[in-house]
Amino acid sequence: MDKILKDGVLIDNEWTDVTGYEALSSLPSGDIVVPLDQWLEHRADLVKRNSRLGVRLRNDEDPARLADDLGRIALVVLEFPSFGDGRALSQANLLRRRLGFEGEIRATGDVQRDQMNDMRRCGVDAFAVRPDRDALAAAEAFDDFTYSYQPTADGRLPISRIRRGDA
Amino acid sequence: MYQYDRFDHQMVRERVAQFRGQVARRLNGELTEDEFKPLRLRNGVYLQLHAYMLRVAIPYGLLASRQLRKLAHIARRYDKGYGHFSTRQNIQYNWPRLDEVPDILAELAEVEMHTIQTSGNCIRNTTADHLAGVAVDEIEDPRPYCELVRQWSTFHPEFNWLPRKFKIAISGGAQDRAALAYHDIGLRLVKNDAGEIGFEVMVGGGLGRTPMIAKTIREFLPKQHLLSYLEAILRVYNMLGRRDNIFKARIKILVHEHGIEKIRELVEADWEATRDGALALRDEDIAGFKAFFAPPPYETLPANDSGLAQQLESDPAFARWHGNAVIAHRVPGYAAVDISLKTGVQAPGDVTDDQMDAIADLADRYSFGQIRVNHRQNLLFADVRQSDLHALWQALVDLDLATPNNGKLTDIISCPGMDFCSLATARSIPVALDLQRRFEDLDHLYDLGDLTLNISGCINACAHHHAGNIGILGVNKKGEELYQLLLGGSSRNDASIGAITGPGFAPDAIVGAVEDVLAVYLERREGPEETFLEVYRRLGDQPFKERLYG
Repeated sequence: MDKILKDGVLIDNEWTDVTGYEALSSLPSGDIVVPLDQWLEHRADLVKRNSRLGVRLRNDEDPARLADDLGRIALVVLEFPSFGDGRALSQANLLRRRLGFEGEIRATGDVQRDQMNDMRRCGVDAFAVRPDRDALAAAEAFDDFTYSYQPTADGRLPISRIRRGDA
Repeated sequence: MYQYDRFDHQMVRERVAQFRGQVARRLNGELTEDEFKPLRLRNGVYLQLHAYMLRVAIPYGLLASRQLRKLAHIARRYDKGYGHFSTRQNIQYNWPRLDEVPDILAELAEVEMHTIQTSGNCIRNTTADHLAGVAVDEIEDPRPYCELVRQWSTFHPEFNWLPRKFKIAISGGAQDRAALAYHDIGLRLVKNDAGEIGFEVMVGGGLGRTPMIAKTIREFLPKQHLLSYLEAILRVYNMLGRRDNIFKARIKILVHEHGIEKIRELVEADWEATRDGALALRDEDIAGFKAFFAPPPYETLPANDSGLAQQLESDPAFARWHGNAVIAHRVPGYAAVDISLKTGVQAPGDVTDDQMDAIADLADRYSFGQIRVNHRQNLLFADVRQSDLHALWQALVDLDLATPNNGKLTDIISCPGMDFCSLATARSIPVALDLQRRFEDLDHLYDLGDLTLNISGCINACAHHHAGNIGILGVNKKGEELYQLLLGGSSRNDASIGAITGPGFAPDAIVGAVEDVLAVYLERREGPEETFLEVYRRLGDQPFKERLYG
């Protein structure tokens, strides 16, 4: 089973991504992740399941399309097709800071040490680190910087606020 | 000038440690070159034709003398004894060793300097008008806002992996001296009808293979919204900018393909959601940054120094330099001084370690210990007493830094070209030096009036050849270097993109082609006051083409 880095430890991935399943009746039991289009089409039925629900966003899809549903979703899966493609960073930031999503935001794809701190600061809190990399070693990147110039989704007070004496 | 506090110091120190670790992981094979490349680029490290190149940021072009001495030391200790000032207020070293770069970064951090985001698909060094704070036509000093943008853009996690590089410039004068129209975002300090000062925001300018002039997205942005508005533009760009084709990835293409109206709608909608949020600047925040750029302790002096008048009378060589290199200052008795790095001996923008040390000493003696770097690859002393000008000039003459060609044809902007750059398709520096030799005669040079000439060694346009009144573009046709000629560009308030005259010229013919163009200008101008650009705009390109190809 693939591993997810969350809160500093590696945990088993308990979610099944059902992208590609055609009929709702054939979906497996347990917690599932569905693509955004499928979610929007079938959400009335999906919420009747006795499982947690997650939605996968392609990195060109607007997270605001989930605005009314975030209370019913426990997980949003974001895609980083290559380490140089930062679109999902904006999606994570919008989910956390504008839409107020409090569930898990999971980074998938080309997830590596030198990009993970940016992801975390934008609100990603679970990482499907590339399997050929040491996920726990990668987590050391979270300690690279003590402070932040920007107000971001990881909850740290920005330097401008500390200078004001707010800390 | 801005002084780091403990937070800024810790940021750059931790950046050095991070990069040291990344270099170690590259050298032990943990990182592939493909993976390492974007990381080294974010620290200003390029791989060039013969060696690595290191680009150091000089935020908004402002240097303290101790910083310039550090740059001299780095040139001496880690490089071949010189540095190259670029068009975007950076300095580049052409011969550093990769394993020594972390040590160089640590040395820079000691003097509050860094290479952060001087390359890569992220927000680059914010540039400014080099006359900030002293220009006669200034509406407000842009530097406090530049520093705010520098800090906001440093390690911005959402915008560290953009479709392409992103450049911001801020200008505070009635005249644009920062080439705003050719930046991804250009910010012009303006006063509205109510007398309030804010920003005109321009977006989507750029050069490269598809030159475009920025369009105004907002006529007036109140200052407190500067950062939230920038963030809205960057967010729209990050999400919608093209990533399928590197040549169509800049925001200028997004603006071009969607139209400025559509982009404005998207940006303003995003901004509405954040404008009064955590990024809103309070008056006291702005005042705090302004305090760093308070005027130096000027003396009360007469507007016109009597000794200077005598020196101008008695020393024609000084008078000629004075007429060219000395720029009016808003404070009586003071002047700004252009220090030309277009000596005709060194490549345009190059300066040696010893020259840097000597310039630092002169800055301490004559200009409150500060030096500016401008986008024309020259240096500037911003605050010189008129009574010191003659002594300063003599010192500059001794250093070969008193070439009085500011704003003239031989004040050439040039990229490093194929002598250094792995992207270049032709050499730039030899053409620049040939032109400087050909137009050495100062009487002839001055007769040609104010004129900008820019030479790029490939279509990436690092020397902004489209923006020169005369532009030269080196290309490679079937293994032969050829130089195309462009006429009519400008990077000022009247920004325009130069047009190619026709087929390119061989290396031994390009200087002659420039001479032909200037012969037409001299024949057709209505008087010495009519500049080359004005004549070109009046006549169009036909008479020039006829002379070149007829």
